[in-house]
Amino acid sequence: MIKARITVTLKNGVLDPQGKAIEHALSGLGFGGVGAVRQGKVFDVELAESDKAKAEADLKAMCDKLLANTVIENYSVAIT
Amino acid sequence: MKSAVVLLPGLNRDRDMIAALTKISGKPPVTVWQTDTEIPDVDLIAIPGGFSFGDYLRCGAIAARMPVMRAVAEKAAKGVAVVGVCNGFQILVEAGLLPGALMRNTSLKFVCRQVKLEVTNANTMFTRRYQPGQIIRSPVAHHDGNYFADAETLARLEGEGQVVFRYAEGTNPNGSINDIAGIISEQGNVLGLMPHPENLIEAAHGGSDGRALFEGALGLAA
Repeated sequence: MIKARITVTLKNGVLDPQGKAIEHALSGLGFGGVGAVRQGKVFDVELAESDKAKAEADLKAMCDKLLANTVIENYSVAIT
Repeated sequence: MKSAVVLLPGLNRDRDMIAALTKISGKPPVTVWQTDTEIPDVDLIAIPGGFSFGDYLRCGAIAARMPVMRAVAEKAAKGVAVVGVCNGFQILVEAGLLPGALMRNTSLKFVCRQVKLEVTNANTMFTRRYQPGQIIRSPVAHHDGNYFADAETLARLEGEGQVVFRYAEGTNPNGSINDIAGIISEQGNVLGLMPHPENLIEAAHGGSDGRALFEGALGLAA
């Protein structure tokens, strides 16, 4: 069994209205030093696989095919 | 003229689309379910609005990976007219049949109102019953209609006349780049738009500005 964490974030230059709203809310709570906030997604995936290289290739394929929209998002895969 | 409507769990404008196509074409469209792998021979395939798969992951993302969308892609490659409205537009971009992406409205609010659209390209099978530059009315109802494309894609869309509808007169409800409301594929047979022309097709709706889109796509006389 391999466990992995996939992180999906918006590409630079893509506007993130939700991140902006969170940024304003944090400022409103008195966190004065908050710069830009960008919202992303995290997926924890369990794979019935023992070969790490094969797992990593599969996880990247999952990102390309479904988990990330590569028009607007980047992803990274970390096997834990 | 024959039409088909794609059905997916979580869509909620499917009945509106079926009613509109029935009234305009004179016969009810065939319906195809998410697991269907073939679509009958029709002149127009419509993907209605709603919240397919609860908008989980990203709007339209899961619907775009259902077997029926492979069948839609095959028909589109053969030149069959395909129109995606609202969630249908989101599904078409997620399926890669149209470029770009639809993101959360900049206001972060769900918008449900009437907007004005400029017909920026009247030289398509969907817009040939309109005049170039004509301003038409159309309802919108969405949370994620903020069209985005990278600079290169955007330049191509604008340069090739693939931007078919633009929000007019300051009515952009979602922050969409270049006020884009609807785009068409390079081949000119796949149209995606956030507004709901199927909800403005007869006097009882308060107007029929949307009717000509379906008449054009179905090749019917005005």
